[in-house]
Amino acid sequence: MESVLGRYKNLIVLVVVLFAQVLGLAVQVKRTTDTESSRLIRVWAVSAVTPFEEVFVWMHNGSGSLWHNYFYLRGVRAENRELKQQIEQLRLEQVRLSEDAAQARRLQVLFAFKEQFVSKTIAAQVIGSGGSEQSRIVYIDKGESAGVKTDMAVITVNGIVGKVLKIFRSTSQVLLIDDQSSGVGAILEKSRLQGIVRGTPAGEVVLEKIMTDESVQPGEAVLTSGGDRIFPKGLPVGVVTHVANENRADLFLNIHVRPAANLNKLEEVLVVTKVDEKEPAPSETGPVRAADILAQRLPSVPDKSTTTDAAQANGGANGAQPGVTPKASLEKGSSTPPNPARPGDGAATAASKPGTVVPARPASSSPAAKPAETTPSALKPATEQRPEPTPVKVLDASQVAAKPKQAPPPATPSPAKPQDGPQ
Amino acid sequence: MPITYTSGEQVEVYRFNWAVNIGVPAAALWLQSFLPLHFPFFKMFDLPLLVTIFFAMARRNPISGLLTGSVIGLFQDALTGLPLGINGLAKTFVGYGASSLGVKLDVENAGARFLVTLVFYVAHEIIYFMVARGLVALNLQWSWPHELVAALANAFVGVFLFFALDRFKQRT
Repeated sequence: MESVLGRYKNLIVLVVVLFAQVLGLAVQVKRTTDTESSRLIRVWAVSAVTPFEEVFVWMHNGSGSLWHNYFYLRGVRAENRELKQQIEQLRLEQVRLSEDAAQARRLQVLFAFKEQFVSKTIAAQVIGSGGSEQSRIVYIDKGESAGVKTDMAVITVNGIVGKVLKIFRSTSQVLLIDDQSSGVGAILEKSRLQGIVRGTPAGEVVLEKIMTDESVQPGEAVLTSGGDRIFPKGLPVGVVTHVANENRADLFLNIHVRPAANLNKLEEVLVVTKVDEKEPAPSETGPVRAADILAQRLPSVPDKSTTTDAAQANGGANGAQPGVTPKASLEKGSSTPPNPARPGDGAATAASKPGTVVPARPASSSPAAKPAETTPSALKPATEQRPEPTPVKVLDASQVAAKPKQAPPPATPSPAKPQDGPQ
Repeated sequence: MPITYTSGEQVEVYRFNWAVNIGVPAAALWLQSFLPLHFPFFKMFDLPLLVTIFFAMARRNPISGLLTGSVIGLFQDALTGLPLGINGLAKTFVGYGASSLGVKLDVENAGARFLVTLVFYVAHEIIYFMVARGLVALNLQWSWPHELVAALANAFVGVFLFFALDRFKQRT
């Protein structure tokens, strides 16, 4: 017996070690959560590896920062000029979008929608990876001590990155969205079709569960749907690059997505530690009157309170006027077309109610707008309008309408009457 | 010198001091975790596997080889999000095989090392694939071109790595 054991000692040890590992695998596969023993070895491995990575990243960033911030400043002036131009363009865009946002908020209040806000995040540095083609995870330098918990969303400014899979004292393991075991509730921006974003064994990202009879075009943006209760709704996931239906018998389309965040070059990320879900406060939106909209769109507004009160005194009898351009657009002399009164717009909505406000019509044909002829800029085409070198007090239609009637100071605004508005 | 069949007495058996025994596998694990962040193609390499083969062939003791492979594999698994044991099983086989081969063959020259690393890399991937598919039900795809390119790249790196690590060898 001893001779047999001695003779096959190597093989016996091999079988024992293999058996132990197979047993351990079976236990882990059966249990979804980490067992204590397996967690211990992970803690050891991560504790042994990540401190060196943290030090290396710190040194790398320090030397890079010294070089880029103090020595290598070539082209900064030109870049600064470009960025300033970009800021100006973005300001114009902001004016347009803020109106859309205001409208959306009003509708949300109307339908009692709850909105999710990313209210608190922690910035973290990516310090390591799983180092394997089969497992797409990264390590960040924030852990339990910084308030990170499992299943928290990890994002960048470009889009979502993944979720926190495991936490340690000072580091966390993040499962990327291109890992085959990840899943993100997603929605297509235009078609509003909902599906699940998953990783493939090859490291690609695909959108699943979209039926083959639906039409999805490459280039369409994919956003988070919020259905997974991890990622807040509306964060960018990526862009559809390729749509295939190779097997006609398949029920679902094969949609390839290019992630919005560059998952191969992650340096800094944000861990979403708190998501608020609330209805937009009524004070944020408030009752919006046609006069408010108009006042915002006119080139110059002397005093909003006076203006609006005067408008109230006049019965709020003003609608959105075509050809009137947002102030910022005028200042920049942009060719951006003015926001027309849309069906959902407050002005248009108000104008559609007969007897309360005036339907939108050309300024020249409206008696209320007649005094505005004293300010020629208000009648110029939008693209031609420029701000005057010296501030010119431009009266908006509400003030103008109030003038002929010599309305008293707006202490007691009178309710809107059908006859108040010009016909 | 090509791979030659020699008697057990003719081949040298080496040992390493404790700092090398711990430091080299730890450094391999660290580099494997850190370098793919900046060089994504580095995921193709498997430094812990190369270290396993090196130690197994140098010590020429199957039990020592399989235990080295097992420990390095388990720690490598710990750094991934996958269940512990996939790399552990694969590297246990490789450690056992490399040390058994080291007992019988003299694999001190570059050509022999290149071939041995190439073969063991492919063997490792096959075992990994079988364990991952069969025991853990991971959805992996096998691609011969990819595996062969990766095997060649690892064998190439392995030759230089082994010569660099040779200076830590101590004769018994």
